[in-house]
Amino acid sequence: MPDTEFEPQIIAFCCMHCAYAAADLAGSSRHEYPVSLKIVALPCTGRTDMGHILKTFEDGADGVLVAGCLTGRCHYQSGNLYAKQRVEYVGDLLEQIGLQHERLRMINVSAGMGARFAELASEFTETIKLLGPTGLTKKPRSKEIPLAPEKSTKLMQSTLAKNEQIIHWVDPKSIGKSVA
Amino acid sequence: MIVADQKPIEDIKQMLRGKRKVLAVGCGTCVAVCFAGGKREVGLLCSALRMATDLAGEPVEIDETVVQRECEQEYIEHLGERLDEYDAILSLGCGVGVQSLADSFPNTRVLPALNTKFMGAPSGQGVWEERCQGCGNCLLEYTGGICPISRCPKQLMNGPCGGTDQGGRCEVDPEIPCAWYNIWARMDNLNIQDELMEIHPPKDWSTSRDGGMRRIVRKDLQKPELDEGDS
Ligand code: SF4
Repeated sequence: MPDTEFEPQIIAFCCMHCAYAAADLAGSSRHEYPVSLKIVALPCTGRTDMGHILKTFEDGADGVLVAGCLTGRCHYQSGNLYAKQRVEYVGDLLEQIGLQHERLRMINVSAGMGARFAELASEFTETIKLLGPTGLTKKPRSKEIPLAPEKSTKLMQSTLAKNEQIIHWVDPKSIGKSVA
Repeated sequence: MIVADQKPIEDIKQMLRGKRKVLAVGCGTCVAVCFAGGKREVGLLCSALRMATDLAGEPVEIDETVVQRECEQEYIEHLGERLDEYDAILSLGCGVGVQSLADSFPNTRVLPALNTKFMGAPSGQGVWEERCQGCGNCLLEYTGGICPISRCPKQLMNGPCGGTDQGGRCEVDPEIPCAWYNIWARMDNLNIQDELMEIHPPKDWSTSRDGGMRRIVRKDLQKPELDEGDS
């Protein structure tokens, strides 16, 4: 039943120097890997922010792959080692959230390993297919509320105003009035 | 700095049960530099909580914000303008921040997302250690700048206890360098070891926290008031 088959959304954060080049090579040498895998190029996997990984899941990804250089071959020495630690941390977090940590994987390939990249990407896609959709309802993400700069600057301008605020602060009756 | 740690997702999820919309408030001071409650951590935690509550079938809408200093009213009062929308504030500040929010907004529930641990410093990348217990009567002058109250598990005033191992580690926990071993070593290095021979009266603990909440009053910083004969 091809029409009902689950087609997972997978995002791969790839290091420019190795994994991205490997994916490119896979393409040019006609090694197939699933179309559902979308690549985000990073200067180094050390740039992978844990927030990026989580928000990727929140925004609807079913799996996230972090692909860096071979261990010991990072162009920035230890970027892929930092990435590995973060992937482990987020993996734990995924379990706490109620998502399986298998949905997040780190792989290491060199620029010349096009076939290997395609193989690992297909393998990962199969894993995600078996796990199925995340079950998240994909609501729009909540908003970020900025600081109130006008108010803070105004207060900072005058020491007197600041002192009045402190007095205000210790008078329980007046608390709440200033925030109306 | 005040060092804190995030509570497990499960605990926070329990706190949020029955809430529809919550405002997460991080703090840009101590808890930001110990990576527990700054902008990044707010983003990470809120993303995790939105997914966790969604998967549990009780989705909570969570908005994110960070204030420069959650423990001072000037920095948090602007939040009051939008609190009507929210069922609760989830604070990623230390315990002081949580209470400042609660004091400022009597009609809003404030929940803690962090466990506040201690006053300390980073001792390596990704490691923080306790350095002060706020006893209110600093004795670092006599102990070579190393605090036996926060760093010796027995809070000895005249150590070491005799349990220090060959490597200068504490008998209570080998992960802890013996405070008194280091006090002696440091004072030796500074050529002031003889000061340790001086006899001091027992430490005055009345300044510590046994009398309940402590307070500092600085008249010079308060708003001046006119006295009777001042006109
Ligand atoms: S070994 Fe040192 S730090 Fe540990 S209890 Fe004894 S004196 Fe205190």
